Amino acid sequence: MSRAFDVIVVGAGSVGAPAAWFLSRAGLSTAVFDGAASAGRGENRAAIGGIRATHSDRAKIAVCTESIEIFSTWEERTGDPIGWYRGGYTFVAYTEEIETLLRNLVEKQRDFGLDIDWVGPDRVRDLVPGIVEEGLRGGTWSPRDGSASPLMCATSFSRQAERAGARFFFREPIRAILVAKGRVRGVRTDRGVYHAPVVVNAAGAAAREVAALAGIDVPVVPDSHEAGVTEAVDRFFEPMVVDLRAGPGSKNFYFYQNAEDQVVFCITPDPPIPGTDHRSTSVFLPQVAKRMVGLLPRLVNLKIRRVWRGLYPMTPDGSPIVGWAGEVEGLFLAVGMCGQGFMLGPGLGALIARVLTGTETGKDREVLADLAPDRAFAEAEALK
Amino acid sequence: MSERRIREHPILPPPEGEPTVPFYWNGRLLHARPGEMISSALFAAGIHTFGHHPRDGAPLGIFCANGQCAQCTVVANGVAVKSCMVPVAENMVVESCDRLPALPLVRDEPPIRDTRVHRVPVLVIGAGPAGLSAAAELGRRGVEVLVVDDKDRPGGKLVLQTHKFFGSIEDTMAGTRGIDIARKLAEEVEALPGTRLWLSSTAVGVFSDGRVGIVREGTYHLVEPEVLLVATGARERQVPFPGHTLPGVYGAGAFQTLLNRDLVLPCRRLFVLGGGNVGLIAAYHALQADIEVVGLAEALPRVGGYEVHAEKIRRLGVPLYLRHTVVAALGEEHVEAVTIAEVDERFRPVPGTEKTFDVDTVLVAVGLAPLDEFYRQAREFGMKVHAAGDAAEIAEASAATFGGRIAALRVARDLGLDVPDVPPEWEAKAEKLKARPGPPEPLPAPPAGLAVYPILRCTQEIPCNPCATVCTKHSIVLEGDPILGRPRFTGPECTGCAKCVAVCPGLAVTMVDARKDPDYPTVTLAFEQAAGKVEPGGLVVGVDAEGNDLGRFRVLDVKNQKRLDRTLLVKIEADRETAPRIAGIRVQTPEELAPRPAPVTEFPDEVIICRCEHVTAGEIREAIRGGIRDVNEMKAKLRVCMGACCGKNCPEHIDRLFREEGVDLEERTPPTLRPLFVEVPFGVFAGGSGEADS
Repeated sequence: MSRAFDVIVVGAGSVGAPAAWFLSRAGLSTAVFDGAASAGRGENRAAIGGIRATHSDRAKIAVCTESIEIFSTWEERTGDPIGWYRGGYTFVAYTEEIETLLRNLVEKQRDFGLDIDWVGPDRVRDLVPGIVEEGLRGGTWSPRDGSASPLMCATSFSRQAERAGARFFFREPIRAILVAKGRVRGVRTDRGVYHAPVVVNAAGAAAREVAALAGIDVPVVPDSHEAGVTEAVDRFFEPMVVDLRAGPGSKNFYFYQNAEDQVVFCITPDPPIPGTDHRSTSVFLPQVAKRMVGLLPRLVNLKIRRVWRGLYPMTPDGSPIVGWAGEVEGLFLAVGMCGQGFMLGPGLGALIARVLTGTETGKDREVLADLAPDRAFAEAEALK
Repeated sequence: MSERRIREHPILPPPEGEPTVPFYWNGRLLHARPGEMISSALFAAGIHTFGHHPRDGAPLGIFCANGQCAQCTVVANGVAVKSCMVPVAENMVVESCDRLPALPLVRDEPPIRDTRVHRVPVLVIGAGPAGLSAAAELGRRGVEVLVVDDKDRPGGKLVLQTHKFFGSIEDTMAGTRGIDIARKLAEEVEALPGTRLWLSSTAVGVFSDGRVGIVREGTYHLVEPEVLLVATGARERQVPFPGHTLPGVYGAGAFQTLLNRDLVLPCRRLFVLGGGNVGLIAAYHALQADIEVVGLAEALPRVGGYEVHAEKIRRLGVPLYLRHTVVAALGEEHVEAVTIAEVDERFRPVPGTEKTFDVDTVLVAVGLAPLDEFYRQAREFGMKVHAAGDAAEIAEASAATFGGRIAALRVARDLGLDVPDVPPEWEAKAEKLKARPGPPEPLPAPPAGLAVYPILRCTQEIPCNPCATVCTKHSIVLEGDPILGRPRFTGPECTGCAKCVAVCPGLAVTMVDARKDPDYPTVTLAFEQAAGKVEPGGLVVGVDAEGNDLGRFRVLDVKNQKRLDRTLLVKIEADRETAPRIAGIRVQTPEELAPRPAPVTEFPDEVIICRCEHVTAGEIREAIRGGIRDVNEMKAKLRVCMGACCGKNCPEHIDRLFREEGVDLEERTPPTLRPLFVEVPFGVFAGGSGEADS
C-alpha cells in the first residue's frame, strides 16, 4: 500500500467528505483520516440538515449557492438518495425590530441575486399552516433553499469519494502533522506515517487541536447546541421556519420537516454553552417545546423521538476560516464553520479542489479574501 | 357485542365496569369498559389489525402492548396515538392508521408551564418485584424513595401472573400467586412513611445533568436523585421469521396483558414458540381462558423452563414439539396458520419436516433481554446508579424480589448511610433463586405400606420449597439444598391433609388415599381451570406425567375453599394400579390438534428485521457486504434503529446478521445511546395536561 498522497484531509465530516470527492474527481490522490468508525460521526451527524444560500455576506452566499447546486443534483448524478428537499426558508417576524432587520437583509440579499422576498402574514400562514396569527407581521421567503439528511450525505459523499479513488482511514486519528523546513510533509497516526505535500484541516470541532499539531493557532472555540427529531407525520409545512426572537435562556430557534416527513428542530442557547460536551441535558426539551408550541400550537400532538447535542465550532466573527495557513506551507484550513459546515461543505469541497488544482475563479478569490485566516475578525454576521 | 371478553376465569375476578362507553371504529359503533385502552377495546370487538405500514402496506396491530413501540398506532379524535396507552373516551372517533398520520390543527393556545424539578434521595424506576422490594427495604431504613411506574397499578409483570410462584416461602412469598405478591409488596411500600409511588408515570430519558425525565399523567417532571435504581424489568426478544410482523404474532407480555389484565380474549387457537418458563406459563394462562393451545415448539431437545411447568401443560393436553422452531406465520391481514419444522443441531430448519397448524395467533416467547437503557445511559453520564431484577440479569420474579433488597443495601451505602455490607448468605440465596433448573432425574418409587401418601413429581432442582414448608408432619424434606433440593416424601406420617397438593406452584403433587377402599383409592389433584370442567359425579380424562391418556375417571369431590386460594382440589377414584400414575386431568385432546403437512419454506431475505421502519434482512446483509461496519452508518443508510421503538429492538438482530456474514463483533461499532427511550409529544414538555401535583 502506498503511503504517499497528493493531499491528506483531516476529518471525514461535513467538509472533509465532500472535499475528498471533489479532490479525487480532480485527479488528486487523496487520503482522509478520522478517529471515528465511519463518515460524519463528529458534528455532521448532529447537524439538523438545513441548507440555505440566503446569508448576509458574499462569501457564504457564493459557497452555499454552489452547495445547493451540488445537493440538489447529487442523487441524479450518483444515484444515491440524500434526502434533498427544496422546501425553502422562512424567517418570521413578530416584532418591528425583527421585521426591520429582515427587510434590510432581504434588500441586500436580492442585490446578491438571491431569490428571496419579504412576504406578508397571509403568505406566511399559507407556508406554515396553523402558525400563531396574533402579532404576525410577515417574514422572508426564499423558495430555493432546502434541506437534506446529513447522515445520508456524509455516507454518500464518502462512499462516492472512495469510488473515485479516495482512501479513508477510519478509527485512525492523526497524532502529528509532519512539518520540515516550513513545509507540510504528511501526518503520523498510531499506525504509521503518511506523506503528502498538502494537508487540509477539516477537523470541525477539533480544528484548533489539529492546527496546533502544525504549531498553528486558529481561533476556533466550540459551543454546544441541542437538537431533536420527531415521529413522521403527513407533510404539513414546507419551509425551514426560523424565529429570531429571544426567549428565556435562548435566542432563535428553527425547525423543518425533512424528506422522511419527520420534524427536526434546534434552539440557540443564550448565553452560549462553550465546551465539547456532547451529552444531552434536561434543559433542552422543555425549553424548545414551549417556544415551538407557542409559535405553532399544532405541534402539541407531535411526538418527539430522539434528541442529541452537537458542537458549533465558532470563530470570533461568526464566519468560517478558509485558506492557506500562512506560517506553514501546504496546510490548508477549512475550519470554524460556526454550525453551518453541513450546508457549506459541498461548496467548500469544490472550492478546495479548485484551489489545489490551480483552477480557482475570480469569485473563489473573493470568497478566500473574505474568509482568510489572517483577517481582522471584526464584524459579526447578521444572521448568527 | 362483548363476545371476546372473559366473563369467568378460574383465578381472576371479572373486571369492574360493563362495556358501556360508546366509541367508533372506522365508523362502526363499539363499546369499551370505562378506562379501557383503545387496543383492548378493539380486541374485545375482534379487531386485531389497526392499520398498515406506510413503507410497504403491511398490516399492523399490537406488538408490545406496553407503549414501547408504535405498531398499534391508531388515529383517535384526529390525533395519532399508541392505542395500547390511551383509554377510550366517550364517543371517541377511532380510525385505522393506513398511511402517515396527519397532524391536526390546534387553534387554542396550548398550556405552557415550567417543568417541576424534584430532588430526591432515591429514585426507583419500575414498581415490579425488584423495585418494590428495594423501596420497601430502603423505606424500612428511613430512606425517602420515589418509585415511578408507567402502569396504573403497581407490581410490574406480577399483575399478569395468575399462577403460584416458586422460590422460598419465607424470603419471596413462594406458593402465593403473582397477582397477590404484587398487591402485598405494594401495600408494604405504601404503608411506609417515606416512600412515594407515582403510577402512570413513564420514565422517558436520562440526561447528563443527572436528571431523569418522567411523564406523569401527561405532565413532564424532572427528578434529580442522589442515587438511581433501575428496576425496569425486561423486554421480550423477537425472532424474525417470515410473517413475524403480522397481527396475531405477539410476545407473551402483550398476550398476558390482554388476557390477564384486561380479560379480553385475544384469540381462539394459539401456537407458542419457546419452551422457557414464559412460554410454558403463557400457554397455561391461555388454557385457563379456554383458548385452544395447539402446540408449543422449543428448539432445544428439552424445555428450558421448569419441567413442572412443562408437565402441567402437557397433562392438560398441549403437544410439545421439541427440536422444532417456527419457520413462518402465514396470512394476509392476520395470522391464519403457522408452519413449524424440526431443527438440526445448529438450529437450522430441516427441509421436509414442516408441519402447519391452523391458528389465529402465534405467541413468541423466546427469551427476555434486560431493559437496561436507563442503567447504561446513567452510567455513561456518571450518575450513582444500580440495577436490580431483570434490568440487571434475567431470572425469575422471586430472584428479582430478593435482588431488590440487595440492591437497596448498595443504594443505602451510596447515600452514605451506615448499613452493613450485603450479607454473604443473601448473595448466596440470590444466586440460588436465579439458578437454572437442574437436569431432570427419575422419581423414586411410591412408598410401600402406606395407605395415604403424596406423590411429588418434581424431577429437577429448582428454587422452590413450599411443599416442605407446609407439611405439618415434616414428612417432606428437600434433598440437599434447603431451597434448590428436590422434595422427597420421607414419611413416616401423612395425614392426607393435601396441603402439599394445594400449595405446589407446579401442580406437581397428587395424593393417593387408600384408607377407605384399598382396591379403589382416591387421587387428589390440583386444578386451576374452569370449575365447570370438573363436576362431582362427572367423568374426566386422567393422564400420566407425560400427558398420556390413562382412561376416564369419576370425580368424587371438588373442593374450592378459601385457604386453597382458588386452586381446586379434585378428588377422583381409580383402581389401585392406575391411581399412583395419575398426574393430571386433560382439558384438550392432542390428537385433535394434529398438524397438516406443509410445503418447504426457506428463510428468505424478505424477513423484516426493523419492525418500525420495515427494513429487511436482505437490505442489512447487502449493507454489511458493502462494507458497512458502523451501525450508525447503517442507520443513515437504511433507517434501522431510527424508528418509533427508539432503537430498542433491532440492534441484537443486526449483530446476528453481522455474525452470519462472518464479521467479528469487535469490528462493528454499536449504535449510540441517546434520549428519549419512549416517544413523547411536544405538548407534554411545554406544559402538559396540567395536574395538581402534591
